[in-house]
Parts: sequence; C-alpha cells; structure tokens
Amino acid sequence: MKKWFLALATVVTTFALEGVSFAATTKGGISDPAEGWRHLWHEVLIDITIIGIIFAVITFYLIVTNIRKSDDQMGTATPLSSSAALSWAFIPVFLFLADDFFLALKGWDLFRVYRTLPEEGLEIKLEASMWNFNFKYPNGIEVNNDLVVPKGTPVVFKMTSIDTIHAPYFIDHWVKEDVMPGRITHMWILPTKVGETVLTCAEYCGFGHSMMSGKLIIKDPADYDRWVADNAPEPETEPADQI
Amino acid sequence: MSHSGSAWKEWIFTTDHKRVGILYLIGSITAFVVAGIMALMMRIELSAPGGQIGSAQDYNVWLYTHGAVMILGFQIPALTGFFANYCVPLMIGARDVAFPRVNALSVWLFYAGVIVALLTFFIPDPPDLMWTGYPPYSILTSGNTSYYTFTVLLLGFASIAGGVNFITTIIKMRAPGMGWNQLNIFVWCTFAAFLLQVIFVPVLGTAVTMITFDKYLGTSFFNPANGGDVLIYQNIFWFYSHPAVYVIFLPFIGVVFEIVATFARNQIFNYKVCVYGGVWGIVLLAGEVWVHHNYATGLPDWLRVGMMVTTLLISVPVGLMVISLVGTLHKGSISFETPMLYAIGFMFLFLIGGLTGIPLAMVSLDLGFHDNWFVTAHFHYVMAVSGTFAIIGGVYYFFPNFTGKMYNEALGKLGFLLNLIGVNVVFGIMFTVGLEGYPRRYFDYQQFAEMQGANGQMTYGAYFVAAGTAVMIINWLHGAIAGKPCGMNPWKSQSLEWHTPKMPPGHGNWGPNLPQIAPDWSPYGYNK
Repeated sequence: MKKWFLALATVVTTFALEGVSFAATTKGGISDPAEGWRHLWHEVLIDITIIGIIFAVITFYLIVTNIRKSDDQMGTATPLSSSAALSWAFIPVFLFLADDFFLALKGWDLFRVYRTLPEEGLEIKLEASMWNFNFKYPNGIEVNNDLVVPKGTPVVFKMTSIDTIHAPYFIDHWVKEDVMPGRITHMWILPTKVGETVLTCAEYCGFGHSMMSGKLIIKDPADYDRWVADNAPEPETEPADQI
Repeated sequence: MSHSGSAWKEWIFTTDHKRVGILYLIGSITAFVVAGIMALMMRIELSAPGGQIGSAQDYNVWLYTHGAVMILGFQIPALTGFFANYCVPLMIGARDVAFPRVNALSVWLFYAGVIVALLTFFIPDPPDLMWTGYPPYSILTSGNTSYYTFTVLLLGFASIAGGVNFITTIIKMRAPGMGWNQLNIFVWCTFAAFLLQVIFVPVLGTAVTMITFDKYLGTSFFNPANGGDVLIYQNIFWFYSHPAVYVIFLPFIGVVFEIVATFARNQIFNYKVCVYGGVWGIVLLAGEVWVHHNYATGLPDWLRVGMMVTTLLISVPVGLMVISLVGTLHKGSISFETPMLYAIGFMFLFLIGGLTGIPLAMVSLDLGFHDNWFVTAHFHYVMAVSGTFAIIGGVYYFFPNFTGKMYNEALGKLGFLLNLIGVNVVFGIMFTVGLEGYPRRYFDYQQFAEMQGANGQMTYGAYFVAAGTAVMIINWLHGAIAGKPCGMNPWKSQSLEWHTPKMPPGHGNWGPNLPQIAPDWSPYGYNK
C-alpha cells in the first residue's frame, strides 16, 4: 500500500510541477495564439491517445481472457475488501484530478494569450450581417468578406452584428468569437504567413450560413502598404479649398 | 388482462407500466427512423458540393428535425420512457408505478409532442432554427418557431410527469426487504436522471416560452434594442440542456451495466463507488458546467476558465463508472449474443467520444474547435452513437422479456456489424474533417472544395448505418410476430425482472405475493 501511494504522489507532483512551470514561463513578447493552439493540441492528443490505449487494451484483454467456456459457467468475482474498494476509488480519482488540473493550467495559459489584446496592432471594426462580413480599417478603408492584413502585425477585431448571431472563424488561426446585436466582442490574430486562408461563419445564421465566407489575405508589409495606397478612400475636399 | 389479443382501446387507455413503456418504445423508434432518414438525406446532400437533392432551406429543416427529434423524440423517451417504465417496477419488485394514471398522461403528452414535431413536414413554413433555438435567429426567422416550443413543452411535461412518478416509485415501492445497495445500477441511474429532469426541465420550458413571447407577443427578453440580452437565452438553455446530456447518459450507461453484468454473469465491480461516486458525482456536477457550450460567445473570461475546470472534473465520476463497467468483465463468464456485442461496441465508442471531449473542455482549444465538425463527431460518439448502441442493445436484451419471443441472432449480429462499420466511417472521418477546420451546419462547401472526398466517404458510411438499421427493425418486427418462444429467463440473469412468474410478465407483474428480498440478495449475485 505504501509503495502505491509513493508512486502516486510522484506522478501527481510531476504533473502539477510541470503545469506550474509551464504557466510561469509565458513569454513577455507577442506569442502567436495559433502556434500555441497547434502545440497544445498535439500535447493533448498524445495525452488522450495514451489514456485511450490503456483503457482499450485493458478492456480487450479482459474480454478475451474471460470468454465463457461452458454454458453453466458463472462469473467468479468476489466483493472487494473495503481498502481495495477505496483504493480503486481514490487512486483513479487522484490520477484523473492530476491530469485535469494539468490540462486546465495549460488551457488557461493559452487562453490568456488569446484574450490579452496586444496594445500595438491594427484595429479593425467588424460588423456582421446576414450574410456578410464588413470590415472597417482605422484609415477609413471598408471591405466586405475579403480582409487584407500585413504580415507580422497583430490584428485586433472589435466586433458586432446588426441582425442575428454570427461567428467569424479564421480557420488557419484556430480562433472565432460570436458577434451579436447589443454587444461588442473582441478577438485577435497574428498573421505569420503570406497567403490566403478561409474566413467563414461558424454560428448558424439561416439560409445563407454556409455561403457566409471570405478570405484572409496576408501580404508582405510593402505589398500591404501598396494595397492601402490603392484602396484608401479619396480624401474629402476641404470646404476652404472651394472658396 | 394478457398481452395477446388486446383491443386498441386497451392499449391507448392502459395504465400498465409495461404497456406504457412499449408505447414509448414504438413512438421513440418511429422518431428514430424519421430522424435517421433526415440524417441520410443530409449525407446525400453533402456527398458533393452544391445543391444535390434540396435547397439550403430544406437542408436546415432536415438538420433541425434530425437534432430535435433524435434528442427529444428518440433518446430521452426511449431511455426515460421505455426502459424506465418497463424495467424499473420489475427491477425493484413492484406491481406498477406509484401514479399509473399520471404515467398514462405522460405517454399521451409524449405522442402529442412527437406529432407536433412531425407536423414540421406538413406546414408551409417549417421551423428552421436549430434544436438549440438560439435567438435572435429563432425570432427573426420566417419559420414557425412555435412548433419547436410546443414540441419542447409537451415532451417536457411528459418528462416531469415521469420524473415525479419514478422518484416516488423508487423511494416508496421497492419490494419488501430491498435496501438501497441492492438496487440495479440502471435503477440508480434512472433515479438520478429523473431528479435532474425535475430540477432542470422547467428551466428549458422557461427559455423556449420566452422565445415564443418575444416572437409572437412582442416582449423583448432577447432584443437588445429594447434592453434585452441575446446571451441570456443561451445561458438558460444550456443550464438545462447540459444536464439533459446526463439525463441521456446515465440511463444509457445503466442499460449497458445491466447487459454486461448479465452476459459476463458477474457482479458489478466496486458497486458502491460506482453509485455514490459515479452516478451521484455526475448529478453534483451536472449543473455547473454549461458554459462549455458557450466558450466562444463572448461571456466573461473568468466564467469560461471556471467552467473549464468543472468540465474537466466531469472526467472523475465518469471515469469511476467506466472503471466499474470494464472491471465487471474481470473474472466474468462472457458470451457474445447481440446485446453484449452492442455493449462491447459501446465501450469502445464511448471511450473515443469521452476522450475527444477533453480537448473540447479546454477553453483555449475550443476557440478553434467550437462549432466545427470535430465537435459534431465528438458528441455523436459520446452521446448519439454510444447512446443509440446502448438503446439498441437494451431493446435486444429485454426483447424476450416484453415479447416472450426470441429475435434472430444471426440477423442481430449482421445489423450490429453494419452499424459498427457505418458509424465509425461517418464519424471517424468527421474528426479528421473537423481538424481541417470545416464548420458544422453547412449546406454547401464551395470554400472547402478539398472536403469532397471525405464527404463522399462519409455518405457511404451512412448507407451502412441505414442498412444496419433496416436489418434491425426487420429483425424486431419478425421476432415480435413470428419469433420462437424464449422460455423463462433465456439469459439466466439474476436480476429480478427475469424472475416473474410468467414471461412476459402478466398484469401486476408478480403472483399473489410480492418477491421477498433477503439481506444478502443482489441483482448481480452470480457467484453464490
């Protein structure tokens, strides 16, 4: 019994320490949430695959080793002693708890990256409607559905909707957030790769839901500046000039 | 009054718990077939990009009907209607439920609800909200949201009537001498599930009634223009609808426990921990995790993180129940008739479903997965497919009990094989498509043209499931009409429902005297 608890304590402490150390090492600079997402998903995939294989192998083993041999054969399990019953409760509970808190810490840590808006960045207002995404740049450019952003600059979205709930979903950046009338929600992405990826609506919004889609076009900063120059709204003529 | 040669009137006005249960079974299997056909049509529609057999509007109606009818018309009524009604009084050695007429009312309300749900196909403006009914869409839409509301309210009343009835029955009407620790796991699960229903269904009723008021009577609960708030609905809705997952989960794993104990001829591994840690642990956590359905809705960050922790903690009681289930195989004497095959299939499907829930419980990963096909695949594995395997296995298991006849074992196994291959093709591939980012509830996928191959393969999987279901229904109908008599207790179970004086049990279940329960008796007492 003593050995069991010693082994258990070691496992729990290892899990907990790794979780804490991970949480403590958040970088000070801008880290890409999408990169963190992919990293964490791979870790969790390994975690659940190991648990899955353990359970599947045990189940399979118990099935093949206990096949009925004669028609009147009965099962021979006897009731567990109190200490065995409690061990079979507390040991798994502690293992599950250790894994749960370990995952919760990691999940929380990445969530902070997702939810902490970078102070320096391109702020874009998004107004969704059935079935269109409308983006307004700070310099007055307005585009529908196809959003152009520069590589390397964080893009912060302040978002709302004029009719029902939609959810802009940047597939390659593994992020989405609902938009709805009466509330302003926010999210951000860090464009890291030049190219085009899909932006689409993830919250059911009726007939045109699957067609409510556009592109996220990431350009090199120089190309982006050219795009901005080409698309900037005509400067309003000052009334003074006309006189 | 016997089971054979009865007039229609005797069935419709019956207050016998077994007949009420069978009426629930017939209604819920009908609902299953209708909602299954909807799924098949969606799969055919998605086999290639662009419209195949219908419009986006048609697709949305199928999607609504599939979700709402599968959950409200099939799984909940099959589990808390058929299994609870048919099995609980027999398992606890009672003659009937505490309030037989309330029970009859509950099955009528259930049929009324199913009829309202099926009217979707005959009205000019069918509801096209999803089964979740989120406003403002459910209020803005030209689809007839009131059909949704009345389906929910009728089935909700049926559930509450059942809940009051079964809680009373289990507390007050156990056979003389039967202690709490001598109950079948299924009885515990039913007790807990109905407790959740009685607590949480009124909340769902409130939510859908508020939608109806907003849409038809001009109130503004969810209209921000007049000071309402859109997100209130989602909180109220999931405050019920997450516990509803356990209302489905608890009885279906309960059914699997009964099957496994009988076909392994073994006692439940660590019974008390399973009941007091597993079943009641789930009840304790059920109402504190709902925000994981709303991780991407803009709710406060602290709430999302808090509910991530509670959601991950659900793995503790569920894990204890799974350990008990798998442990019951240890030192067992296992045979592989159709019900046991479904139970074994369940163990592996549920394992996949449960483990893929872990990344979804983590709020940051869910920002990527939310409302995408990974989620759809996860909840089909963990609830839809696992639950349906448990229900089908359970119907095969109790088939001799309620018909007195035996189904065809070869056809049963053939249906199982087709279903097992089919569901894994459909939902296994669905995980991989979700990992590419494909969102759910999409009629078309022009922007995801590379998904066509996977979508086509999933449609072949759906044909397997359709074939498996057809074989199963034919087997049941043929068995009920022309099956061989099963004799007494064909599975040699120790559980009380197999020890009635007649098979199927007559009116009042037991002869002149109720069964007397000895202090060392157990429904799983195989090792004597």
